[in-house]
Amino acid sequence: MLTILLDGVAYGMLLFVLAAGLSVTLGLMNFINLAHGAFAMVGGYVTALMMNRAGVPFLATLPAAFLIPAILGVALERTLYRRLYGASPLDQVLFTIGLVLVAMPIADYLLGDEAQQVNLPAWLDGRIEVHGVGIGVYRLFIIVVCGVIAATLQTFLVKTRFGAQLRAAVDDARVAEGLGINVDRIFAIAFAVGSGLAGLGGALAADVVGGIDPSFPVKFLVTFLIVVTVGGSNGILGALFGALMLGVLDVAGKYYIPSIGAFIIYGVMVVTLIVHPQGLFARGDGR
Amino acid sequence: MSGAEVPATMGRLAAHLQRRARWRWPEIVFWLAVLAAILAAPSRAAIINEVLIAGLFALSLDLILGLTGILSLGHAAFLGLGAYAAAILASKGLADPTLGLFVGAAVAALVGLLTAPLLLRGADLTRLMVTLGVSLMLGELANRNGWLTGGTDGLNFSIAPVLGLFPIDFTGQRNAALYSFAVLFILFAIARRLAQSPFGLALAAIRENRLRAGALGIATSRRIVAIYTVSAAYAGAAGALLAQTTQIVSLDLFDFHRSADVMLMLIIGGAGYLYGGLIGAAAFIVLRDVISAATPEYWEFWIGLALVVLVLAGRERIREAPRRLIALFAPRTARRGVA
Amino acid sequence: MNSRSLILGAALGAAMLSGAAFADDNTVTIGMILPMTGPSASTGKQEKAAAELYIQQHGDTVAGKKIALIIKDDTGAADVTKRLAEELIGNDHASVLMGFGLTPLALAAAPVATEAKVPEIVTAAGTAMITEKSPYIARTSFTLPQASAPMADWALKNGIKKVVTIVTDYGPGVDAEKWFGDMFEKGGGTVVEKIRVPLKNPDFAPFLQRVKDDTPDAVFVFVPSGQGAVFMKEFVERGLDKSGVKLIGTGDVTDDDLLADMGDAALGAVTTHHYSAAHDSPENEAFVAAFEKANNGMRPNFMAVGAYDGMALVYKALEKTKGDASGDALIAAMKGMSWMSPRGPVSIDPETRDIVQNIYVRKVEKVDGALYNVEFATIPNVKDPFKAAKY
Repeated sequence: MLTILLDGVAYGMLLFVLAAGLSVTLGLMNFINLAHGAFAMVGGYVTALMMNRAGVPFLATLPAAFLIPAILGVALERTLYRRLYGASPLDQVLFTIGLVLVAMPIADYLLGDEAQQVNLPAWLDGRIEVHGVGIGVYRLFIIVVCGVIAATLQTFLVKTRFGAQLRAAVDDARVAEGLGINVDRIFAIAFAVGSGLAGLGGALAADVVGGIDPSFPVKFLVTFLIVVTVGGSNGILGALFGALMLGVLDVAGKYYIPSIGAFIIYGVMVVTLIVHPQGLFARGDGR
Repeated sequence: MSGAEVPATMGRLAAHLQRRARWRWPEIVFWLAVLAAILAAPSRAAIINEVLIAGLFALSLDLILGLTGILSLGHAAFLGLGAYAAAILASKGLADPTLGLFVGAAVAALVGLLTAPLLLRGADLTRLMVTLGVSLMLGELANRNGWLTGGTDGLNFSIAPVLGLFPIDFTGQRNAALYSFAVLFILFAIARRLAQSPFGLALAAIRENRLRAGALGIATSRRIVAIYTVSAAYAGAAGALLAQTTQIVSLDLFDFHRSADVMLMLIIGGAGYLYGGLIGAAAFIVLRDVISAATPEYWEFWIGLALVVLVLAGRERIREAPRRLIALFAPRTARRGVA
Repeated sequence: MNSRSLILGAALGAAMLSGAAFADDNTVTIGMILPMTGPSASTGKQEKAAAELYIQQHGDTVAGKKIALIIKDDTGAADVTKRLAEELIGNDHASVLMGFGLTPLALAAAPVATEAKVPEIVTAAGTAMITEKSPYIARTSFTLPQASAPMADWALKNGIKKVVTIVTDYGPGVDAEKWFGDMFEKGGGTVVEKIRVPLKNPDFAPFLQRVKDDTPDAVFVFVPSGQGAVFMKEFVERGLDKSGVKLIGTGDVTDDDLLADMGDAALGAVTTHHYSAAHDSPENEAFVAAFEKANNGMRPNFMAVGAYDGMALVYKALEKTKGDASGDALIAAMKGMSWMSPRGPVSIDPETRDIVQNIYVRKVEKVDGALYNVEFATIPNVKDPFKAAKY
């Protein structure tokens, strides 16, 4: 059923954009940021609020959904996160869980706990038929947009100087510093982009997952972690592949064997990790 | 080293280990204080019981996290297994608590043994996710097999008196707390012995640097599997206690937040010296209860804030504060009091 | 082990042992145990607001006794519920327990209620067998069979012959699936497929694709309030509405809490439920207006009305017992009690202690620019069919 395949690809693409930032911080910067979902929530809220309260059209809100979490990310990174780059994983876990626990009630207090809905513009509603295969317009939109994002990120990482500097900084920060690369600034930018992507993902996902509510960060934390783990820590392509695989398997599994339900993604993850403990696309040095 | 020096070194090592193994007076005071709290405040028996069980659960995590350096986000799997094993046993008529306790611990230990090999390869993140995945899958399994587990409704059952003499249901709240205390104390004493034995030292070596420990001739894989199984057994015992003293089990025992909460408790109290889990459990539960009574809707905010501050201020510095205070008044006690 | 732990331990001990409450003969304490955090937090919020509104409107004195309301968060964990129930009764001397957002939470408190002889008023949970678990349980919410069975009737009368059921895979969902399915098939209809969806499910797409492939006349839906919005959107996005498949279900899928924001995808959905914020009665108009005013425009939903009526039940029972707050007296007074609730006339069945109420068939329509469940048919005085079948 090609429709199901396309649905799965769309879901996977969405997961990719949401988790890409986490892949950056976790895989490339070796920092466990469990508060990643909070940035996605912020992005989702930005879009929902701009549309519902200020009447801003959907597409116009997307840049803001990227920028505002990105700025928030940089602010937090400069002030709080960077103190913990060298800290033990336990401290990072504790700290980021604390951040999430702080963020959720703030959202609840300011915006209430009802899910804020993103109501898509008419041109994104409905379905179209392409060679006899039906697909929702919005899902197609997601595939295209996220595909473009993935391509951009990959080109950026591989073909630009900044990308090379980032990869150098990740491989060995001290040597990179010695070569004159401003590692601090690079990490800050990477973190900002990661958070921004999360926010954009949150905005795009809002329609599919039933709106943005204060519990969004924890609802999807496990899913993000699974994507990053399965994909492995070797940058963008790994996360993309992992996300797509999970998306397709999850959707197909639920279609063909509805009673399997949630089992699929956990099962896939465990099996993948048994065979490839580093994830599917791991870095050579086993980090 | 020459042939003559080896026995001397071994002798000194043995003496050192024996010295460390002796119970120090603060520890004795600690356990007596806990016992006193149960006896002196019967109206608080329910929350004390919850703290003791959480403490046992955190202790089990300390065995792998603090002693051996294995990160797990899925320890709730064993809590749930032990709880459901004991609960199912009791609902089928075998309601003796001691039996349920052993069966719960055994079932959890078995699953721990089977899943331990998954932990041997891969980095920290892999371990976190594999353990998480296993616990979530078990939760799903429990959900699907409602005929056995009661599904989302959970299981309600009655429990026989401990050793046939001490009822631990609603009429025996204090007995329940004492029962949990007894189990916790016994298991703690065993763990303490374990930690200070050569086996425990080997674990510490593995925690510090697994490669090097292997190079020293320590069979790291076997040790890891062994301690993981023991840890699972302890967590299973905690689960069985929880089921037996509350007479209910429900699917949320397998939830991610249970694993996350116990990790928080251990980190708050400090991992690696075995008492951290107990203290962290007490701190977390009491703090949560007090804050939640004041603001049932937004208590998570304050806990989160406390965590952020705790980490930023440096956990070490905060825990050092009482010691520095004591050092002002009783320098010798302060110097001696290192675990 | 060292002295720092000692100090911490002592401090904690002090904290734990403090805070015991004193018994007071002139106060009746109501202990409300709600999920204020966690996935069911919106239930807790609605119920807390409604209970407080009731006290604000009717005063805090009944039959010479002062009413004290204590609200506790059980985070949706059954063992915490049980402990809170024990503490409320033992330390805070609660004479009534109320709330219970999910079935396992209500079940957890049942043995405590029985042992302590304290009434347990269930204001949220909806699985039928709950009231059988203790002679001290009374319910003011509803049961899924109560809401689902009439839907089958309506569907059959309106030319729907082939149905696919989609429910969330947990207690209430299974209840809804069974009761709708049984009644529907008894009346001559066919349930083509019974799909169960995981509780923590972000995406309905694959399940709805199956529905589409089955080409039924209608799809019967039960999802917990909170997932209704995404379900509706997926339904429209998959083109199911255009392909002539009607959307029917229990009112949880068009929960008033979220309906306003669901968008036009929800228009035309027909559901059966015991409460709609658009219910046309003076009591309801007053209730909705006061609720919205006190809560920043938040629209009350069926959870709120459950808690509101729970408080009403306690107040009326106290009046009847002339202030006697002992468990046996209160439960005896509650049996058979009837009054006019914002949802319509309600009463407590003396045999089962469960609620007897009208079930309405409603359609989602735009009223004054906002979406509401507009009632167009009433099935009066529906008893819970699960227990009615036994007596």
